[in-house]
Amino acid sequence: MTDTEPATDIEPDDTVDARGAACPGPLMDLIGAIRSADSGDVVRLLSDSDGSLTDVPEWAEEAGNELLAVEELDDHSAFYVEKA
Amino acid sequence: MTERVVIVGGGTGGSVLANDLADRLEPELDAGDVEVTLINDDPEHVYKPVWLYVPFGQREPADGRRALDELIDDAVDLRIDRVTEVDTESQRLRFDGDGPPMEYDRLVLATGSTLEPERIPGLAAGGHDYYSESGATALRDELLSFTEGEFVLSVIGTPHMCPAAPLEFVFMADDWFRERGLRDDVEVTYTYPIQRVHGNPHIAEWARPIMEERDIEVETFFNAESVDPDAETLASMEGTELDYDLLVAIPPHGGIDLIEAAGLGDDGWVDVDKHTLEAENAENVYALGDTADTGVPNAGSVAHYQAGVVGQRLASEVRGRPATATYDGKTLCFIETGMDAASFVEFDYERPPSPAPPSEKLHWSKLAYNESYWLTARGLL
Repeated sequence: MTDTEPATDIEPDDTVDARGAACPGPLMDLIGAIRSADSGDVVRLLSDSDGSLTDVPEWAEEAGNELLAVEELDDHSAFYVEKA
Repeated sequence: MTERVVIVGGGTGGSVLANDLADRLEPELDAGDVEVTLINDDPEHVYKPVWLYVPFGQREPADGRRALDELIDDAVDLRIDRVTEVDTESQRLRFDGDGPPMEYDRLVLATGSTLEPERIPGLAAGGHDYYSESGATALRDELLSFTEGEFVLSVIGTPHMCPAAPLEFVFMADDWFRERGLRDDVEVTYTYPIQRVHGNPHIAEWARPIMEERDIEVETFFNAESVDPDAETLASMEGTELDYDLLVAIPPHGGIDLIEAAGLGDDGWVDVDKHTLEAENAENVYALGDTADTGVPNAGSVAHYQAGVVGQRLASEVRGRPATATYDGKTLCFIETGMDAASFVEFDYERPPSPAPPSEKLHWSKLAYNESYWLTARGLL
């Protein structure tokens, strides 16, 4: 969990369940969802790929979208990304 | 009672499977205990890897076409028609027009990928591709007379057919311009959506130094958002804008609509067990090749190997035996690294790829396989 705010309080506008997909599938699914989202929308990505822990933050920064929180759950992580 | 096996899609996966079943189930087919039907909306089978060479003037689109009725065993019923609906509850298919529905006992979906350039504003008008016959010939008309300027190869849609092909095309173009003494006048740029140059980290690690060595400009984290055909610019979601004189793009891909309508999966890809290739949301349905959402590359070799697995499983089921054959993720690709050299990779769910050192021998092996592909389609190789 990041120290930004409790992830459970964030209400996503869209959720992408990429559990089971190998890298870079989850990131591409997130990019696809952000592509069709409106500015200010929050997309939640569920991923169990270790690669997501690095490539999602890297991409969010590169694209100027804000990674609001990362929730580390038992067998996967949830990433909350707000479209700029 | 006759067991009706229906395959939708006459590409590599569907054709190899139809011929595999004709051989494997010969006694049952002869006795009338089983019927195998292959449905395709085009009387011709298309071998897409030929298109890589068309823009360079090295192959003709006709080299990639053969009549399906010449490739498919006579024991298989070949129906040229377009399926418009799959009803997995009643186990029926409906077709264009007013014809009666077709009932099936076991269904295999091998409908493949379609191109969706319209998802990126301006792309259809401003970009070229070699992922379709018409795209490859239009690109040939531009490329053969292209002697200077900004050449951009942009991977826009993923997953896309043949993940190696963007690397191949940019390596071939670089070499081709060099051989013709034009490379100093052509700037070559390659873009990719994530932080490396290929989805597979092992292949990306291998390809990146080759790009640096050959002065191929690289833009990573580049997700094309729009193309301006008048200004000849390509803009990304990440805020980068590139000028181009010739834009070659890998357009967004999708499956066909009826898969989502049937509740089998999103975006036209069937949710499957990645080992058995059985659909997760319906009984007695398999998917293979691009259509099966397994996470492995959308490649002909994958469809070929998966067809063998589905053929074994269907034969077991028809004979009332437990189906035990499983797909292990096996993928095999040649990767052209220029006009006269190629690499080769073989990998599966457990073993990552390790690209072979590029050689002329591997290049000729690729071309030789492309020629002998027609034996694969016939189920002989």
